Amino acid sequence: MGRLITHFALALALLLSPLAGTAQTPPLPSDSIYQLDARMTDQGGRTTTLAARRGRVQLVSMFYTSCRYICPLIIDSGLAIEKQLTPAEKTRLGVTLVSMDPKRDGADALMRVASRRKLDLTRWTLLAPKPGDVRTIAGMLGIRYRELADGEFNHTSALVLLDAQGRILARTEKMSGTPDPEFVSAVRKALAAR
Amino acid sequence: MAALSLLLLPVLAIAASTGGWVRLPGGNFRSALKYEDRNLVRVTPFQLMETAVTNVDFLAFVKRHPDWRRGKAPAVFAEARYLQHWAGPTTLGPKALPNQPVVNVSWFAADAYCKAQGARLPTWNEWEYAAAADETRTDARKDPVWRERILGWYARPSKAALPRVGLQAANAYGVRDLHGLVWEWTGDAGSLLVDVDNRKQGDVDKAKFCGAGALSMGDRDNYAVLMRVAMLSSLEAGDVTANLGFRCAI
Repeated sequence: MGRLITHFALALALLLSPLAGTAQTPPLPSDSIYQLDARMTDQGGRTTTLAARRGRVQLVSMFYTSCRYICPLIIDSGLAIEKQLTPAEKTRLGVTLVSMDPKRDGADALMRVASRRKLDLTRWTLLAPKPGDVRTIAGMLGIRYRELADGEFNHTSALVLLDAQGRILARTEKMSGTPDPEFVSAVRKALAAR
Repeated sequence: MAALSLLLLPVLAIAASTGGWVRLPGGNFRSALKYEDRNLVRVTPFQLMETAVTNVDFLAFVKRHPDWRRGKAPAVFAEARYLQHWAGPTTLGPKALPNQPVVNVSWFAADAYCKAQGARLPTWNEWEYAAAADETRTDARKDPVWRERILGWYARPSKAALPRVGLQAANAYGVRDLHGLVWEWTGDAGSLLVDVDNRKQGDVDKAKFCGAGALSMGDRDNYAVLMRVAMLSSLEAGDVTANLGFRCAI
């Protein structure tokens, strides 16, 4: 019976989704980073866009998988913020990490990091953009980076909080296991907004 | 031969509408910036626009690409002052003469313009390499007289109307106005980090690799470069200013 209802709900959702996708979706706000029309690949090898995250509050940052020091801290910071949230709040939060090194970060490399860090892939997404789009994404997020001769990157680290429409609400550059309380309260507030 | 003509065609097409393109041979170049990972910068051969992109060039672009018109371009890609000196979204008006360099353009808009021409923004290294030349020497940076001349421009009040492009003599490569007209975006402006770093926290040795290391100046007497870098590193990609334009490279 439970399964039947699920099937019914799914069918209904499928029927309704074209409507929701066209007529009822308001245009994107002008200051939304989802204005960027760029295809990227996720850790499962699927083609997606940043805008596919629309509808859910997001924490967004940039990293690269071969990075040994600060990038693991970026993931730590995301996890630490989650720990401060109630289970209900957590389900409403997405975390998106975009690679600044798509030449080397294919889906496999992204998936290895996701598995090693035991990231909940119902909410976490690791993305590899096209090389020509990395600078644009970094520009939108206010992240600066420079590729070094040895393949490492110098970069600023930030977690950027987006509302469900992709507008930047807050950012933190404090990367550590103890999250910035001001930023956590901004996350909570965004999750409470409906 | 077929491949060659394919390569040349787009270049010729663009040359008709702007000041044309200049070939630069490239080579090993000593940047005034001190990179921790290299002493010399390798610049591969490239082409640079002889002059900065003008208002009339940019007008043609926004006419073909309505998404980049003032009022239409998403705020995430261009702040409110984008093209504010134009009379209208597709009208230049008295404050934007056709042959003046276009200013009040964001990095995103400059990037989109160059991409639409089949080109790109120059890298900082390419820009610095081209701008090291004076009229007769490809590297005039050690000449105090030339340095003074450049600094003279930076000291000038910026309220006066911008001259039109191409009024200054070409440098040894054939490029004009790299100094003395406007600041210019580079494609990697977002890689220039001055005084913004992560090293103030945590383990210094660890942060050194992945944390953002601020660039330092290898040549402290080169104030003109220092000012360019400081300016570009202070801007976000959506920012515009009344003295900041761009040119493209291939």
